Amino acid sequence: MKISAIVTLKKDVLDPQGKVVNQTLKNMGYKNILNIRQGKYFEIEIHESDKEKCKKIAKEICEKLLSNVIIEDYTINIK
Amino acid sequence: MKSSVIVFPGSNCDRDVAVALKKYQINNQMVWHNEVKLPKSDLVVLPGGFSYGDYLRTGCIASKTRIIDDVIAHAKRGGLILGICNGFQILIETGLLPGTLLRNKKLKFISKNVHLKVTNTNNNFCSNYKKKNIIQLPIAHNEGNYFASNKIIKSLEDTESIAFKYCGEKGEISEIFNPNGSSNNIAGILNSEKNILGMMPHPERVIDPLLSGTDGSILFESLFKS
Repeated sequence: MKISAIVTLKKDVLDPQGKVVNQTLKNMGYKNILNIRQGKYFEIEIHESDKEKCKKIAKEICEKLLSNVIIEDYTINIK
Repeated sequence: MKSSVIVFPGSNCDRDVAVALKKYQINNQMVWHNEVKLPKSDLVVLPGGFSYGDYLRTGCIASKTRIIDDVIAHAKRGGLILGICNGFQILIETGLLPGTLLRNKKLKFISKNVHLKVTNTNNNFCSNYKKKNIIQLPIAHNEGNYFASNKIIKSLEDTESIAFKYCGEKGEISEIFNPNGSSNNIAGILNSEKNILGMMPHPERVIDPLLSGTDGSILFESLFKS
């Protein structure tokens, strides 16, 4: 089964990279961009067909390795 | 005293710190990260560098390597651990020290000498700084911006677990002397038992008056004494 996970900085954590991207877009003429937050995207293939089990594994690896739960949130999507 | 310096792929201050330990008569061994057991050690050093190319997050992959289980066991037994720069980032990722290290506020790699105030001298790493508590050490990092919840910062302050703070020439602690945006100007912290020290500045680079100075050597002298 294929799973994707997106890891982003929590809302109240400063995201300097996102800020710079936002500023650059403004400099390029995109005046109506309000905000940009940068994150990481993972594609995970799991040798497992049970949806619930996959979800459980994905949650576990997000918390143990892919994200730093102090400053980051993650969302899991199962295709 | 016996020490082990853990070497990861991408460590680049491992030999510098080994030279510093040797200079202060600490009997050191280099330990490859894939080993399972530490040799008998009183002190474990996680050196600076770019372990695993900073993949995923700084220090993250190194914190999951085989030797780390024994490093954690060493910590739980009360053994001393010193993490410098990338070593500090690894300690954070293992959970041995609280909080996290974000990218520098201004997004730049900073390499320069900074003034530091030694804010706790009652531990094995900093006892000799009682005579001189405003020092100058180099920093060289991209992710050194210490961040933690207000509750953690308060408990670090209350339990005197902050070892070093960025400051001015006369020891003034204020935002203008904060190079990377760290909460409360934090440059290095101890765990509550005071056997683990993580710091962003590099004491191992300041151990020779001919080359750079001696402010870093005071830390190794303290360790030798302990």
